[in-house]
Amino acid sequence: MFDQSNHLPAAAGVGFKPQHYTEILETAGPVRWLEIHAENYMGDGGRPLAMLRHLAQRFAISVHGVGLSIGGEDALNLDHLARLKHLCDWLQPASFSEHLAWSTHGAEFLNDLLPLPYTPATLSRICDHIDQVQDALGRQMLLENPSSYLRFTESTYEEPEFLAQIAQRTGCGLLLDVNNVFVSATNLGYDPRTYIDAYPTDKVGEIHLGGHDEDADDTGAPLLIDSHGRKVADPVWALLDYALCQTGPQPLLIEWDNDVPDWSTLCAEASRAETALRVPA
Amino acid sequence: MISQSEFHSALRDAARPIPEGLQDKGVAPAGKRFDVYRNNVAVSLSEALREGFPATARLLGEANFTQIARQFVACHAPRSPLMYLYGDSFPEFLAGIAPLAHLPWLPDVARLEWGMRCAYHAADATPIATEILQSLTPEEFMTARFQFAPAVQLHRYDYPVASIRAYALNGGAQPQGAAEAVLITRAEFDPALTVLPPAQADLLQALLNGQPLGDALEPAPDADLSALLPLLLQHGALHSLQ
Repeated sequence: MFDQSNHLPAAAGVGFKPQHYTEILETAGPVRWLEIHAENYMGDGGRPLAMLRHLAQRFAISVHGVGLSIGGEDALNLDHLARLKHLCDWLQPASFSEHLAWSTHGAEFLNDLLPLPYTPATLSRICDHIDQVQDALGRQMLLENPSSYLRFTESTYEEPEFLAQIAQRTGCGLLLDVNNVFVSATNLGYDPRTYIDAYPTDKVGEIHLGGHDEDADDTGAPLLIDSHGRKVADPVWALLDYALCQTGPQPLLIEWDNDVPDWSTLCAEASRAETALRVPA
Repeated sequence: MISQSEFHSALRDAARPIPEGLQDKGVAPAGKRFDVYRNNVAVSLSEALREGFPATARLLGEANFTQIARQFVACHAPRSPLMYLYGDSFPEFLAGIAPLAHLPWLPDVARLEWGMRCAYHAADATPIATEILQSLTPEEFMTARFQFAPAVQLHRYDYPVASIRAYALNGGAQPQGAAEAVLITRAEFDPALTVLPPAQADLLQALLNGQPLGDALEPAPDADLSALLPLLLQHGALHSLQ
């Protein structure tokens, strides 16, 4: 196995898609590490686990969970936490991350990252859940900021402060999704640079970049959708340069989950990320 | 305070009002912005069904499948964060749709696709070495019980379901046959389908049930073991002997 004991390299990575498997092994280009969605590798065997076993010998791997529902009102799903532990114990990935969101309610898994208000009560609950995850996995996790389409009137914290409190209380690191910052800032009407200025950039352990779609709300105001289905938008690259000035070099991930392009197109995006790392703005 | 129960109810039922206390960038109610979440849930789950049941989707046609998938999603959310487990009750759901009664084989096509998905994710198993089989005395051979690879399944249908699936995905002549017994195997990573003659399917079913070969052959004297055994070996279906 690749030595996964170190952190992810401060270099370009991509979200792994099985259709790119052969090309990745032949021509990785600028791609130095890969991120997988944990839930796609929880079967008993077969191709997904075989591919992952091979990739982990060559690349640092980031395990990115989308199903733990850390922001849920319900208790964490212990079966799912055990599956995550099994995967991490086997793979020993360089990083594990999850989302500031909920996705399960009662017995239903909703397959989306749903929003929550930022209050003392939700802060306390999320910190308890993150403590539980880090205890179970025996490692630090990274928590990712969401894309927001609406706001809760009951919120008493701004998102950067909320994340700073979580990181301080639990010792978790943060995954800064720059596209999500841009999407949320546009949708909720604030300056994304102000968000970065208020964000605890010293806690960042990874940065995400992805494409978004453009729509409009009932009033005709721009409504950006976090679609992961196209190239990263130019203003998001500019915001990345701004963020990197404060975070220093970081592992940079290109997320492209829908309308997945050919490998060369994805490599071109990864090259652009690599360039952003080498030329601080 | 908006509970997640309230948010969830409005998310899953577009007829319900959007919870108060959700706003746009100013102080106006969230309106269409809430629909982004409704849409993400409904579309992502429908798409998961389309990916998981490609032949069923072809047979129904784009518009019909979308409509039926949306109906299924509305009353059957996933019960697990493992999305490859989503859709296990879709075949039964199809069987309960009265306007589809003229396609009695359709739920079986969905069952076969579900079976292939289970085989795709099943645990790996080392195939038995042929030398082990060759080293047995005839008596040992007849009293042996076969241990099959976890991916192996036998499906028996009243319709030519494997042929209908192949027709849906690859075209060609419309299937005319009758009942089919379908063996699912996974030699390496890709599930394979083999249609078995009825007598061979009877014998295989007895072996899958754990009967020793001699006992399994008794009620299926017409079964051609010399055809079935190489087939099972070729597809990596046999793991060991007990």
